[in-house]
Amino acid sequence: MITIAWRQRLADNGQATGVCVILLALVCLGLLRYDNFGSAYNLSSFLNYNAMFVLISLGMCLVIITGGIDLSVGTVAALSSVTAAYASPLGLVPALLAGLATGLAAGLVNALMITRLHIPPFIATLASLLAAKGTALIISGNQTVPVDWASGFTRLGMESIGGLLPWSFAITLVVGAGLWWLLEQRPIGRTMLAVGDNEEAAHLMGLPARKAKTLAYLISGGCAGLSGVFLASGFGAGQPLEGLGWELTAIAAVVVGGTLLTGGKGSLVATLIGALMLGLIFNLLNFENGLGTFNLSAYWQMVIRGAFLFVVIAIQVQITRTRNSG
Amino acid sequence: MTALIDMRDIHKRFGGTVALDGASLTIAPGEVHALIGQNGAGKSTLIKVLTGVYALTSGEILLDGQPITFSGPRRAQQAGVATIYQELNLVPLRSVTENMMMGFEPLHWWGGIDWPRAHRRARSVLGELGVDIDVRRPLSEYSTAIQQLVAIGRAVSQRVKLVIMDEPTSSLDEREVARLFEVIRLLKSQGTSVLFVSHFLEELYAVCDCATIMRNGATVEQRTLSETPRLELVASMLGRAAADIQASGTTSFRDLSIDADETLLEVEDLATTKGLRQASLEVRQGEMVGLGGLLGAGRSEVARALFGLDRATQGEMRLAGRAYAPRHTRDAIAAGVALLSEDRKVEGIIPGMSVRENMTLPLLGSLSRRGVIQRRRERELAEHFIEALQIKTASMEQPIGQLSGGNQQKVLLARWLATHPRLLILDEPTRGVDIGAKREIQRIVQDYQARGGAVLMISSEFEELAEGAQRVVIMHEGHATRVLDNPGLTEDALVTAIATAQHDRGDGDRHDDGAPPQAAPLPDHQETAP
Amino acid sequence: MTSLRSSSQGVGQSASPRRRRSMPANSRSLTLLVALLSLILLNAAITPNFLEWQTLSVNISQVSTIAIVALGMTLVIATGGIDLSVGAVMALAGALAPLIFLSEFGQQAPLAMTLVAIVVALAIAMACGLFNGMLVSRFGVQPIIATLVLFITGRGLAQVLTNGNLQTFDNPAFEFLGAGRLLGLPFQGWLVAVIALLVAWVIARTRYGRYLLATGGNPQAARMAGVPVTRVKLAAYTSCALLAGLAGLITVAINSASDAAKNGSLMELDAIAAAVVGGALLKGGKAPIAGVILGAAIIQLVRYTLLANGVADEVALVVKAAIIVLAVYLQMPRGAH
Repeated sequence: MITIAWRQRLADNGQATGVCVILLALVCLGLLRYDNFGSAYNLSSFLNYNAMFVLISLGMCLVIITGGIDLSVGTVAALSSVTAAYASPLGLVPALLAGLATGLAAGLVNALMITRLHIPPFIATLASLLAAKGTALIISGNQTVPVDWASGFTRLGMESIGGLLPWSFAITLVVGAGLWWLLEQRPIGRTMLAVGDNEEAAHLMGLPARKAKTLAYLISGGCAGLSGVFLASGFGAGQPLEGLGWELTAIAAVVVGGTLLTGGKGSLVATLIGALMLGLIFNLLNFENGLGTFNLSAYWQMVIRGAFLFVVIAIQVQITRTRNSG
Repeated sequence: MTALIDMRDIHKRFGGTVALDGASLTIAPGEVHALIGQNGAGKSTLIKVLTGVYALTSGEILLDGQPITFSGPRRAQQAGVATIYQELNLVPLRSVTENMMMGFEPLHWWGGIDWPRAHRRARSVLGELGVDIDVRRPLSEYSTAIQQLVAIGRAVSQRVKLVIMDEPTSSLDEREVARLFEVIRLLKSQGTSVLFVSHFLEELYAVCDCATIMRNGATVEQRTLSETPRLELVASMLGRAAADIQASGTTSFRDLSIDADETLLEVEDLATTKGLRQASLEVRQGEMVGLGGLLGAGRSEVARALFGLDRATQGEMRLAGRAYAPRHTRDAIAAGVALLSEDRKVEGIIPGMSVRENMTLPLLGSLSRRGVIQRRRERELAEHFIEALQIKTASMEQPIGQLSGGNQQKVLLARWLATHPRLLILDEPTRGVDIGAKREIQRIVQDYQARGGAVLMISSEFEELAEGAQRVVIMHEGHATRVLDNPGLTEDALVTAIATAQHDRGDGDRHDDGAPPQAAPLPDHQETAP
Repeated sequence: MTSLRSSSQGVGQSASPRRRRSMPANSRSLTLLVALLSLILLNAAITPNFLEWQTLSVNISQVSTIAIVALGMTLVIATGGIDLSVGAVMALAGALAPLIFLSEFGQQAPLAMTLVAIVVALAIAMACGLFNGMLVSRFGVQPIIATLVLFITGRGLAQVLTNGNLQTFDNPAFEFLGAGRLLGLPFQGWLVAVIALLVAWVIARTRYGRYLLATGGNPQAARMAGVPVTRVKLAAYTSCALLAGLAGLITVAINSASDAAKNGSLMELDAIAAAVVGGALLKGGKAPIAGVILGAAIIQLVRYTLLANGVADEVALVVKAAIIVLAVYLQMPRGAH
């Protein structure tokens, strides 16, 4: 009986378990093959850099769970990095709030277009991808915007707790825990799942469907905003040209974690692990390049990322097929 | 005593279309109330107005004597009106508990959902309905009938004054229907009112106190069922005199005597991946063979296999003496097999395309030369069938989505008749069309038979089978269990055969020769189950 | 019984009453034509040197790539799908052709190898479309996700092939694609006209066109009526990629240089915008070719108007975003409330 329940669980979370195993295997590979892989420096810079991607992946996960998609996360992050950089002379907290508010505003616009004007999510967020990029370029005058180093803003993206856990990643974990609670324990989170499963039914069941969708896009925007803050803080400048292709990384991370792209089912924990695994693959490639066995140009990164997405899709297709026929 | 619900002079327009035109409905507390009418009479719209899905154009709704407007389904639920819709409106990937409790989850003091308590409540409500399942599993893992009961459980678990059931029995078998009726009686004894929508008159008489009859978007009258003979009820629904109907019957099938001798289709011990285990049957030219059985007995699966949608895993099919193993619908169509599928909306019409385009879709191969459609021939064909089948449409260019259900069905029938099929498979051809269109469809099918066509018909309406088919093959759990011959076939005989089907599953194609039912063989199908 | 009343209860009890009747194709094209004419009049009034042959030439040459890609996109959208990879396919085709005719082999027989280069580049583009089509039609992957794969990989491959370098060349035969003239107008303008007429004819008159619209209108019903849905979709994605490849070659020919990073960047947006503005329904079942060409012209002219009047390109991005949202908003069904 117990084994059956356990097996059931494993079957239900097959993909998440698989991703976990791969992540561990990659870590072992790295530890065995490269000298500095396990160093505190590599760990903390890895976590620091990937905090941005984990954040937008978590936000994307909620949006995908409601059956939508948010293609604007990358350029919204870039826009937020610019506003945060402009606000940085005021101090760390105002800069952080400025970036966050920018992201939330973008999320609100997305939500309004989708829930009020009934524009399909991918069109609405594609439009805001353009608009955010345009706005970022306009207000930055097509230049990177240096931050005020004296105000302490850069500590957020450059310092770690005990040299191991970067502040950015620590904040990301706290945000992640909050989102997990929202999704798993709060009625509104369950409504998000219900909306992605069958929106018409959720509406007829009297659930606050519109509110749930609005919240998902707001959170995704907020996550993008926060990740823009980390971007500006970690690189010492607002980056209006960054963010193209980030949405793909986020979507890939979400899909790797076993979240259904059609909505209604998904896991934030698996998304976190998926995002870390994607980051780790590139971390390992960097080390491999360092060894000099082969040298892959930066352009290969795009190819690999695409190929990876393809593999994940193939796996999901396979899983759905065996499930349907079995 | 004030009525629980009093809807007065309700009007509802969608753009220029009038859906409700002076409808009214009065339901007393603790009453089981039937809402009946032909398709298109406005029942569903009236329900959606009552539950706040649609805003009404004019009129008044009183709840317990107080005027009220529901701004959405949520408000209606809070006011004590719960609804079980015709198409199941649940979230399949979520657990049974969540489907029942969503929106009313018990919470911990710190705001999290109290899952143990939610599961317990779900279990106890389902227990009252006689369902014992693991409420933690996703709803999609359970059968449609269980899902239906979960929907009912959701409705009754809330403190409700009125439960609306829109065609709740369409996917339930006899036992489940009986259970549902017990639940309805239980609700009634607790003082809860039920609004019951169904096409099945037997059910209405079994469980309802009174009925509101609608026609053309307006309420015709309200009758106490115990004082109303069936015929009067049907007459009122159709807007015809009762005597007319009695004279002609409700189906238009007439003469059953044909001399069919040439065998067109032979199916032997057929099994498929999708639930068909061992089916044998035979259809001769010019003959209509019926498939009888309960939901899930494997009737539609026979149709799917014959039309190339499911692969056969064993057994064989022969069409006009030749081996027949279609791999795609195209193979089937090329071999002269046509399937009018059960779900008109999903598998039949292409709503944005015109009547003409919908009609000629499977025929384009022969209507075109080197890939270019010959438009004159296409128009002539469409014209001919609109005329011959008396399809009511403004023109052949009208989008099919704007036609009534019965006329859509006629266009689809024309689509298949135009391919000159040797075998026409009809899966519930008259479901969801009004009685007038139903009779016309039956007439068209019989004309087709008279010209030598063969028909395999699936129908849940025993009357249709008993009056139309030369033979009826009874299906049970993927097996063809026995064959009943007509003439001599009555509705009662059919019902009995279906009800006792599980007892005589043995060899496939066995005629009803009066032999005593054999003991049921071991349930061998469980090994092959997925 | 009136047919009006019953129609509200016919298909989609939930759907049809909430759906505003979509505009008939003709009145839609008329609206677009009026919009285009007003844009032209506005420009005639405010933009210096607008009413000159040169301006027309420039606009035709710029709109042609958008129009060609949008035509392909329309076919895909008609099946209810979407192709995000068109820009990447442009980059890939645009990178491949110069690689071939600039190679040593290509220098020996310039004209023949230019032809080979074009054919190979287009063949690779078609292969990309086939890949997209297979994922969508055979494996049932959602179009957005399926085409995302090549959206990333395609441009990456183009950059890997060229090592991220700008390839400049001097090949008059090839450059005719982008700089040639026929009867005083750019060659690619004529090309667009021919392709548009061909596609419109296929949609209106051929079996394939009917199958395409049926597939988008209701895939399951189409399959039940014997429409080879898988092959129809495959053909749509392949044609779309072929046209994208052609547009990629034209862009490269216009510039006499191939830049894998820039070629076709954000083209998927322009193409979707043109298709949607032109009246293609995102849920499928409609392929209004005339509308799409007008849509492409409007998108191009809006950008030209802004740029010619000194508005920054960044602002043009925001305006384009607004146009897309507006166009989609106008085609969306209205709620009952």
